[in-house]
Amino acid sequence: MALSISKKNILLASIAIAFLAVTARLFYVQIIEDKYRINAENNALKYKINYPARGRILDRNGEIIVDNKIIYDLEVVPIDVQPFDTLAFCEIFDLDEEFVKERFNYYRTYRSRIGFGSITFLKQVPGEMYDKFAEKSYMFPGFDAVVRTSREYPVNSGGNLLGYISEVDQNFLNTHEGYAMGDFAGKTGMEMAFEDRLKGEKGYEIFLRDAHNRIQEHYENGEYDKEAIGGSDVMTTIDLHLQAYGQQLMQNKVGSVVAIEPATGEILAMVSSPGIDVSQLAEINKYYSELINDPYKPMFNRAVQSAQPPGSVFKVVNGLIGLQEGVLTPETKYPCHAGYSVGGVRLGCHNHVSPIDMYQSLMMSCNAYYCYVFRNIIDNPKYASVGDAFDKWREYVTSFGFGTKLGSDIPYELAGNVPTRAYYDKYHGKDRWKSLSIISLSIGQGELGCTPLHLANMCATVANRGYYYIPHYVKYAPGEEVDSTYTTRHYTMVDTTYFPEVVKGMELAVQGGPGATARSVAIPGIIMCGKTGTAQNPHGSDHSVFMCFAPKDDPKIAVVAYVENAGFGATWAAPIASLLVEKYLNGEICSERKYLEQRMFDANLLSRVKTR
Amino acid sequence: MGTGSIYNKLDWRLIIYYLILVVFGWLNIFSSVHAENSILFDFSQRYGMHFIWMCISIVLALSIIFIIPSRIYQAFSWGFYLMMILLLMSVLVLGVEIKGSRSWISLGGFNFQPAEFSKITTSLALAALMGKYGYVFKRTDCWMKAFATIGLPMMLILLEKETGSMLVYIGFLLVFYREGMSGWFLLAGLFAILLFILGLAVSPFVAMLVLTGSLMLVYFIKHQRALFGIIVTVLSITLLAFLPKILSIEAIAAKNPFPAEIWVALICCAAAVFLLVKNFVLRTKNKFLRNILLCYIMMTGFIFSVQFIFNNVLQDHQRARIEVLLGMKDDPKGVGYNVHQSLIAIGSGGLFGKGFMRGTQTRFDFVPEQTTDFIFCTIGEEWGFVGSLGVLVLYFLLLMRILNKAEQNSDNFTRIYGYCVASCLLMHILINICMTIGLMPVIGIPLPFLSYGGSSLIAFTILLFIFIRLDLDQWRYLKQ
Repeated sequence: MALSISKKNILLASIAIAFLAVTARLFYVQIIEDKYRINAENNALKYKINYPARGRILDRNGEIIVDNKIIYDLEVVPIDVQPFDTLAFCEIFDLDEEFVKERFNYYRTYRSRIGFGSITFLKQVPGEMYDKFAEKSYMFPGFDAVVRTSREYPVNSGGNLLGYISEVDQNFLNTHEGYAMGDFAGKTGMEMAFEDRLKGEKGYEIFLRDAHNRIQEHYENGEYDKEAIGGSDVMTTIDLHLQAYGQQLMQNKVGSVVAIEPATGEILAMVSSPGIDVSQLAEINKYYSELINDPYKPMFNRAVQSAQPPGSVFKVVNGLIGLQEGVLTPETKYPCHAGYSVGGVRLGCHNHVSPIDMYQSLMMSCNAYYCYVFRNIIDNPKYASVGDAFDKWREYVTSFGFGTKLGSDIPYELAGNVPTRAYYDKYHGKDRWKSLSIISLSIGQGELGCTPLHLANMCATVANRGYYYIPHYVKYAPGEEVDSTYTTRHYTMVDTTYFPEVVKGMELAVQGGPGATARSVAIPGIIMCGKTGTAQNPHGSDHSVFMCFAPKDDPKIAVVAYVENAGFGATWAAPIASLLVEKYLNGEICSERKYLEQRMFDANLLSRVKTR
Repeated sequence: MGTGSIYNKLDWRLIIYYLILVVFGWLNIFSSVHAENSILFDFSQRYGMHFIWMCISIVLALSIIFIIPSRIYQAFSWGFYLMMILLLMSVLVLGVEIKGSRSWISLGGFNFQPAEFSKITTSLALAALMGKYGYVFKRTDCWMKAFATIGLPMMLILLEKETGSMLVYIGFLLVFYREGMSGWFLLAGLFAILLFILGLAVSPFVAMLVLTGSLMLVYFIKHQRALFGIIVTVLSITLLAFLPKILSIEAIAAKNPFPAEIWVALICCAAAVFLLVKNFVLRTKNKFLRNILLCYIMMTGFIFSVQFIFNNVLQDHQRARIEVLLGMKDDPKGVGYNVHQSLIAIGSGGLFGKGFMRGTQTRFDFVPEQTTDFIFCTIGEEWGFVGSLGVLVLYFLLLMRILNKAEQNSDNFTRIYGYCVASCLLMHILINICMTIGLMPVIGIPLPFLSYGGSSLIAFTILLFIFIRLDLDQWRYLKQ
């Protein structure tokens, strides 16, 4: 086939022409064109990275929580270094002569790999040191300082809420694009949550070196340089002063406080104690091992990472479910004789009048009352089995956000735990359990695990009379595009008409007369609704819990305080939460409550916490 | 026949080209990502991973030669093809999106790209289809089947937004050409690309003039009236070139509803249609004239739809890349950035390069995708013109060898498969290298045997070694 052979040859010839064209272009680019002709022998490009300033973090009123200060990284291009006065150099940077020698030995060993490259000699040189260096920099050719920014905190507020930044490691680089060795990134808290907005964009300048390896000029008049773009400031919902005040109240105690604006779901303050001091935050590497070994675990953001039984504050939820299920009316009365005992089960209670209705049950925090309510829910004949009724109860509870991650922008949020039917089936045997077997759920004990954020969210739900916004700490400036995640109302499965009834009970708990569990923390001039809790736990003394919101009508703030191993809710958590409410609403603490404030400041409850 | 004679008959040249390229690629990947104190076998790094891919590839290559019976390729070619089509479809539903294209399947932590493997199955299917006794490409049903065979995977890959892999399929046209497709078709394709560039970079009017002039010339030369043809063509095109000047005269401009290119199109197409009708009515058997005229009308349509295609069909990033390539926009910091950095890297290599692991452009990741699509930068920078040329020569020898071997083979299936292999490799090589040296827009496809990536290395290995195996068979049967 003569034709096909010629076709083959045509193809071969075309391929050859294409390859020749590529070769010609390569020849042009590599040999002829001057623009690209920079070889290792005489000229080389030097890239100087310009690091952007990281965005600042502002509080809800625009006050700065996290600021930048300028520091320097001292870089060295080993090939440019000439013998210099090591003594003077060490004096400026407060260094050991050995250290300098060691570094230069290293450079000599790897000189072929380093080539014309620059290497970071010292990191995070403070401004004063740099000033001294700048005066004498002519003495040290080859050394150059690159501006970096470091974090600065005008107010001691935030700690692990703010989180820290640190240099990225290989693991981080493997999972994140757009970073290089030597970059910093937010690793926890807000620094992590807002990393994308805060980080900005690196820039660089390209310089040409001349035949003597001296940096000569901008390559192509800077046409290919890239300016660094600073990170954007991020406004948060935090109230800086409330946060600081909360930290002050929580000092020397283990636990957390979360304050939310119910009408928006904005987090006003979130304290985890003990926390990281901001003075340690900026230089986290220095303090890292100290912090990680601290028995009180300051790195741990208890507000979202510590799931504990909620205790009596959970009675509010069970009350609401009872009302919705029709097994309870606010007027229903049950007796309590210092506890509830049926069969072999006995659940103790404190002394109070009997019988009582639902309002009083919340006011006095009666355990027996909620045993009746809970059993009515679970043993409701409406459902085919205890298991079915329990499933329904669980559905109600999860509709408040319990047992799931709420979806806030806080990193490492925990889901907590609401036990399932399957769990009890496994524990007791299939369908071999009844309401009495799980009676501790009635008062928020048992297998329930809720983070303080869950409780604060529940409190905000009650304050809103039936719905919540997902708690968050990002605040959008007017006109900014708002993430609808945080502007959608989430209704619980309990009808909004039942909420005013429990609000009334919570009001009595603070404002009611004798027997009210939290009457000692009533704030003059403010109608506050609250509920105390004393959460038993297997690890030691009871946790002191309190949730409250105020004012009763149109609530501005909902607060949950959770003080670990501190005892009664009314003794520690309630004063702390109420002081926070008063501070937020009135701006100051009234004189008759000053003693309370002082007592909270002074109390040291750390010894009550078992550390292992 | 013992294994000893297999060793003798194996095409060692192809295998050696392959091994050199693969090992060279690995060294360059190491050089691109190494840091201080890197070890060659660090499996958390790309070069470590690539070493694993290399081992897997070699095991696959050995089993293709020694274990897997070669009969299955022809016997199950359509089965493989169908499976691949199903896989490509499932990627659209189950796929993982990586860098804007939904073409990856995640299997236990490893991502792989079916599109890379679809070249193998399509090649096998084409070889089976066109190698069958009685297949004549010029017959309508025959060529339609061939186009359908490559069209289906192309469409699916385009839906995955893997434009680069899709373009590789155009290479199969070379196989069609070898098997009987008219060369005019390829020329028309090239001409269309030229018109596309002219229409965008210069103006649709110039594109119209070039089209009109070229087709006139082709017609006259075909009829052996070259001299007369050149005179007529030059005269008429010169006259037409004055059209915009005439139209810009105010008195005319005020009443003129169309720009110049539309006038040219209207006048010439009217003439073409008239000639067509005349040709049809008078039943003159001038098929060539008919084809030229049809071609003219279609190309005119093409020129005018280019603007539309460009503005409405292409994705934003593709449009931007073409604009930069054609010099319509200068954007060294945006889209042009990749190409510019790549050119600096390659250009700074000079004649002999900076030496292994001494590339300065590599240190700050200025060249993006340096181990995958832009691996040629590392070669250009560290090994210089000499090294780049060496790679080109190696590729050229590899392609020549495949084509010669294919041509020598008495079995249609093997020959066509060989052509398919060569076309795929050729397209990958040309598109990739031309992209790094600024001759083509940035199209992300790997450089065969050199780029980092398990899918691509394994796919190219299988592609090549099936051919080596098929080639071996020829000798087996001859000797028996």
